[in-house]
Amino acid sequence: MSQTNMNETNMSGIKVIKDKCTGCEICTGVCPAAAISMIDNTAQIDPDRCTLCMSCVSACPSEAIEVVRQTIVKDDLSSYSGVWVFAECEENKLSSITFELLGKARKLAEDLNTHCAAVLLGYNVKNLADSLIKRGADIVYLVDHPALLHYTSETYANTISDLVKRFKPEIFLAGATTLGRSLVSRIAVSVRTGLTADCTGLDIDKDKKILVQTRPAFGGNIMARIVCTSYRPQMSTVRHKVMPEAAIDENHQGKIVEVDFDEKFIDSRVKFLDFIKEQISTVNLSEANIIVSGGRGLKSAENFKIIEELAEALGAAVGSSRACVDAGWIPYSHQVGQTGRTVNPKIYIACGISGQIQHLVGMQSSKTIIAINSDPDAPIFKVADYGIVGDLFTVIPLLTKKIKQLRNK
Amino acid sequence: MRVAVCIKQVPNTTEVKIDPKTKTLVREGVESIINPYDMYAIEEAIRLKEKYGCQTYVITMGPSQAESALREAISMGIDSAVLVSDRAFAGSDTWATSLILAKTLEYLGGFDLVICGKQASDGDTAQVGPGIAAHLKLPSATYVSHLKEVELSENKKIIVNRLLEDGVETLEVKLPAIITVVKEINEPRTPSLKGKMRAKSAEIQVVTNKQLQLPDTDVGLSGSPTSVVEIFTPPHKVGGKIFHGEPEIVVDQLLNEIKDLL
Repeated sequence: MSQTNMNETNMSGIKVIKDKCTGCEICTGVCPAAAISMIDNTAQIDPDRCTLCMSCVSACPSEAIEVVRQTIVKDDLSSYSGVWVFAECEENKLSSITFELLGKARKLAEDLNTHCAAVLLGYNVKNLADSLIKRGADIVYLVDHPALLHYTSETYANTISDLVKRFKPEIFLAGATTLGRSLVSRIAVSVRTGLTADCTGLDIDKDKKILVQTRPAFGGNIMARIVCTSYRPQMSTVRHKVMPEAAIDENHQGKIVEVDFDEKFIDSRVKFLDFIKEQISTVNLSEANIIVSGGRGLKSAENFKIIEELAEALGAAVGSSRACVDAGWIPYSHQVGQTGRTVNPKIYIACGISGQIQHLVGMQSSKTIIAINSDPDAPIFKVADYGIVGDLFTVIPLLTKKIKQLRNK
Repeated sequence: MRVAVCIKQVPNTTEVKIDPKTKTLVREGVESIINPYDMYAIEEAIRLKEKYGCQTYVITMGPSQAESALREAISMGIDSAVLVSDRAFAGSDTWATSLILAKTLEYLGGFDLVICGKQASDGDTAQVGPGIAAHLKLPSATYVSHLKEVELSENKKIIVNRLLEDGVETLEVKLPAIITVVKEINEPRTPSLKGKMRAKSAEIQVVTNKQLQLPDTDVGLSGSPTSVVEIFTPPHKVGGKIFHGEPEIVVDQLLNEIKDLL
């Protein structure tokens, strides 16, 4: 088979429309599999290398690359309705991600003209149903049983998969937390539907009445829009601290549907033994609204004090670049970046951090980024909303002092 | 005991750049590496082999070029490598990928323990590991930071620590099971010269859909519930306000801008 024929046979579902291809070579640059070559000034896709990742389709300025996809609709999609959220709780307290999910679910339900529901599992958690209703849930599906006291993925997924099959929501959202991601991956497989991870945007395509899910990939270097057209529910995990929490509405009415727990859903192969909460004096990095991070520019462990003082004045958590952790100035739990934590606080203050890509992928989705660095050419200034070029040891204590004054007013 | 590690070959994320003119991700010439989180999975399997004499397998799904990732795993000390490759599998999302890997594990005769990295650095979904477990109806433990105990007598089981946002959970899981591991679990070794020599000549078993016999409606583009409709570069911040000059003045200028946010 000649190379030209391979594209025309269209075996991999992707083809180049020769009349539209201008030979600009943008596609060859974006292909992660090096599957595209130029022959006679036209793109050729090698189906043995192509992974159908869609990078070239989006990148082509002339819409010359087309993907053919068979759609199979096995199910009556119109029988699904309602937007569900998984109510994540910890020690009988709802997590803030749950309120963020409800805020978004309310909006999606309005756009689809349907109801918004929360799924609440646990033991002795009925008292939490009310606050879910006040945050916008029209229905709370409650499963309360001693076997649900400690979360385990298997028992929770079995129980929720059953609820999904019985009550048929059209959208199901959970937090992109360690718990949420582990849980819904199993649910999506057992109900045979699509799941999109770590979404930062969720909207309804009003013509098609489907959920359009936006998520970062490649450490935030690119964004993808993903849909699930032929299967229900459309499932997403949602990144923490991206969507605003649902407001409390004391007058909002809803009903509680208590569902009996079926003991056949208990998976005895997994046993919870214990949980030890991390004893840290600082605020949890992924929960913090403000993070003050220090980098190599601090020059020594002792100098981290000025970072801690600024953080204290702001009620912020302390972060760090990898360089400081490697140098032993601060424990690993503070590290932000590719090999540390990914954070997205409202304000991220980078002090003496040059801004290597490995650090940027861990913090560039923060809402407001402030950089303080003595080097005006440091890459951190390229992602900063505000910056100060100056000496850390003068600027930071001054900033701390002035913030304290501001707060005391 | 049989241990399998599922890995993915990914572009080295730290090398990708944005073309300023076309605003697309330039991946040409970017080195392909084993997903960094999978390195910890490989290392953990080798440690189990050294301690308990397990048979170890490394499995990847991908085009033929993914073979180099498998050879690297062998050079570290894994016994056997399997490439799952078929044009029909291209375009698989996490649902279809976890099905294909699950069926491959079954086809290879089943395993007592399957180890995956917590997520891949290109897609960052963390869905395939637990997805494989769900397809195989096996228990799973995600985000494992320590394999505390391995009990290989009558009641095969493991006790693991899981690293969560706010602490460490300990779980007991009966084997066969699937775990996904985090960076804290170990320090991956560098391959020895002998390992590298062995990797060069090692035979790679190729599994296609001829062996797995999965219907088109369950794999590739048509078997994947989700589809990517668009990929775009996030709008970059332009014109951040950068202040230069006297510390007293610039600090006031900054505070003036951000005081409403505090």
